[in-house]
Amino acid sequence: MFQNLTQRLSQAIERMRGRARLNEEHVREGLREVRIALLEADVALPVVTAFLDKVRGRALGSEVLESLSPAQTLVKIVHEELVSLMGEEAAPLDLNHAPPVVILLAGLQGAGKTTTAGKLAKHLQERARKRVMLVSCDVYRPAAIEQLKTVAEQVGAMCAPSSGDEQPAEIAKRAIDQAKRQLADVLIVDTAGRLHVDQEMMDEVAALHAQVQPRETLFVVDSMTGQDAANSAKAFADVLPLTGVVLTKTDGDARGGAALSVRHITGKPIKFLGIGEKSEALELFHPDRVASRILGMGDVLSLIEDVGRKVDQDKMQKMATKLVAGRGFDFNDMREQLSQMQNLGGLTGLLDKLPGVGKMSEQIKGKVDDRQITRMVAIIDSMTKKERKFPATINGSRRARIARGSGTQPSDVNQLMKQFQQMQKMMKKLKGGGMKGMLKGLQRRFPGGGGMPPGGMFGR
Amino acid sequence: MFRFFKRSAPEKLVQLNPAEIPQEPSAVEPREPVTSAADQTEAATPTPLPADAEPSAQRPEPLAQASEPAPPSASSSTESESAFFDPAVAFAEAFEVINAEKAAAEALRPASLRERLAASSESFRLKLGSLFDRNPKLDENLLEEIETALLTADLGVAVTTDLIDTLRGRIKRRELADAEALYEGLRADLLAMIEPLAAPLQIDLEAKPHVVLVVGVNGAGKTTTIGKLAKHLKLNGASVMLGAGDTFRAAAVEQLKVWGERNDVLVVAQGTGADSASVIYDALQSAKSRKVDVLLADTAGRLHTQSHLMNELSKVKRVMAKLDPTAPHEVLLVLDGTTGQNAVNQARQFHQAMGVTGLVITKLDGSAKGGIIFALAREFKLPIRYIGVGEKLEDLRSFEPTEFIDALLPARTPPPETS
Repeated sequence: MFQNLTQRLSQAIERMRGRARLNEEHVREGLREVRIALLEADVALPVVTAFLDKVRGRALGSEVLESLSPAQTLVKIVHEELVSLMGEEAAPLDLNHAPPVVILLAGLQGAGKTTTAGKLAKHLQERARKRVMLVSCDVYRPAAIEQLKTVAEQVGAMCAPSSGDEQPAEIAKRAIDQAKRQLADVLIVDTAGRLHVDQEMMDEVAALHAQVQPRETLFVVDSMTGQDAANSAKAFADVLPLTGVVLTKTDGDARGGAALSVRHITGKPIKFLGIGEKSEALELFHPDRVASRILGMGDVLSLIEDVGRKVDQDKMQKMATKLVAGRGFDFNDMREQLSQMQNLGGLTGLLDKLPGVGKMSEQIKGKVDDRQITRMVAIIDSMTKKERKFPATINGSRRARIARGSGTQPSDVNQLMKQFQQMQKMMKKLKGGGMKGMLKGLQRRFPGGGGMPPGGMFGR
Repeated sequence: MFRFFKRSAPEKLVQLNPAEIPQEPSAVEPREPVTSAADQTEAATPTPLPADAEPSAQRPEPLAQASEPAPPSASSSTESESAFFDPAVAFAEAFEVINAEKAAAEALRPASLRERLAASSESFRLKLGSLFDRNPKLDENLLEEIETALLTADLGVAVTTDLIDTLRGRIKRRELADAEALYEGLRADLLAMIEPLAAPLQIDLEAKPHVVLVVGVNGAGKTTTIGKLAKHLKLNGASVMLGAGDTFRAAAVEQLKVWGERNDVLVVAQGTGADSASVIYDALQSAKSRKVDVLLADTAGRLHTQSHLMNELSKVKRVMAKLDPTAPHEVLLVLDGTTGQNAVNQARQFHQAMGVTGLVITKLDGSAKGGIIFALAREFKLPIRYIGVGEKLEDLRSFEPTEFIDALLPARTPPPETS
């Protein structure tokens, strides 16, 4: 959901390419792009302003790291601030309390409270081995109670009865008693959707909160919400002592700025993401991961770091000299390449880190199989030294032996031989390209993203 | 691009907003007069929605519409402003809608759109009022304040930048005398953007049924909109049937059935888990044989990014065409008014898959300002059929651009509409 923000920032960075130092003007220019990126992602304006102030302060005072360009430095700061805004680590539910532990869900109409209640029940039953009971205090919307009942059945949770002509507080009180009797560990209280400007309804939910004394009070918010997310989050946080946020419908293409707004305004951690329609489509929220994905550039940064650190410069150098010297590319070299690729987290990891590969990477990910690489390495490992050095010596019976040794089929060995020949050809063309060249090749293969930073970023 | 109702003889086109039907029984044959169902006040003014198209009811030869593919009401919508809200009083009274605020302020006219949009606070209005009280200089600071206000209203970066650039240009060319002129200029620009979008839903009574397929993402307010719309159509004398096409979400069918009971309207349903297309096919068949005027078909909420679910919608459309090649006559996309810029993506995807013919913007009674309307206007020019400004029945209103702007940016000079 954060793809577009990533692209925006990629562009901003590209524009700053070639600047040597991070001066005030650059910062202003760069941050203007960041501002637009955040606003387009529906981050609430006050949040954007506060965030940028913080970044600006740090950026101007910071010195540019030797190895990073000004643009990269700025991204690094933005990324770090973003991570700190999102919260450093995942915040689990606090269930350490005498049962039944009450979880209260509140939010606007159509945010996804009832669906979340079901998903949460399933999550707690399966991951935390809790006995869960659900109860609906939505006495307003037609068939809302019916909906929760059905949801409870679907996920195999208990459901306390309620009816439309009762007071929410009464329903909740009775549900707690019933939860005690039926030995439920957790009672999830679903409430009616309400507008934060509706004082009467806000009072009602406050009273309900006072009645049930929940251990967790979760604000459920639609990730597609616009600027108003800040207002509603604030109003709910004023009335209810929230303990966390559930961000729903994140499987769409919304840029998810609401996540930032709500987090900033309420100061409460986002605990779960709703990621689909099925009852298991609930995910623990990992702030660091999401911050990285929001920015994406942060990941490019880590890719830069990765490539710098993990690719053994000496080995690359050796290989380059060897190629330049005219000696051929052999299986030893291929193995080297493959294991370096594995060090970087495999092809999938590599693709994940490239911004702008965007949607495409989802499709490709299905096709890219990292186990392939492991298998290829195993096959090479089953060759003799001589075979690795002189691939031409590998005949039919040797192939059969290698297949046996590596636990693969002769056809796999044949395939590897073919790939090897292709690589050999490529290497001849590249001459000294190595990992850098491979990345360039990759870039050429996925031009669609557009947001790919220029090759210069992968320098040295 | 959009499909308006060119198919049938224009005489049969009935606009559902005005109060024409009880007065013109010839256009509506089989159903009982509304007067029997409700009391006098209601019969006189049976709809909460604007009487903007009133003239068309008595229009002797509505043939004027025939030459125009675009809905005819856009131009007439602004003229009968003054008569706008009276129907709502009658409606509210007739249905004994209890409204604490209203009770407190008895003698007052019913909440105007401006008041409804503002809900319990003044929050709908752009935060500019006090700024202009100080008669500020026309400079970048002022523009920046305006920019901020527009952005916080969800107009989006592109639209906002355009508007601000236009204003800046005019300041440079000295076309704007003072801040007041700037304010009025902004109002005019905003109005010009959304004015073409006012086009109330039109029902082709010849179609029998006129099929309205309601689509949208999860939680946008589709079922609630259908409930309100059903009531509204009934009050206008049309016979209505509901098709419970949301077979996915738990209790969605029950929810629609409750609306059906409340409005005394037939609901065709098969239950959760059934094939949505087949339910709607059944509903259409049944509506056809019963010669129902309008079939409102609900669908499950779906995120526009999920292609298999979007394909499912296309299937609903295909299947309908087997019974009636002209159906659905209207594809209403329901958008949550609190949505941010993602609404544009939603509209794009749904339009691509279904050929959306009209929009409903819901939940505008919070503090969300619905600025996406402008972003949508810029990109699609899809008519906005209704806006939802509350949970009560009369809170489904037809979209009035002038009203909307007045609520967002009240006219600086004493507003003429405070009668």
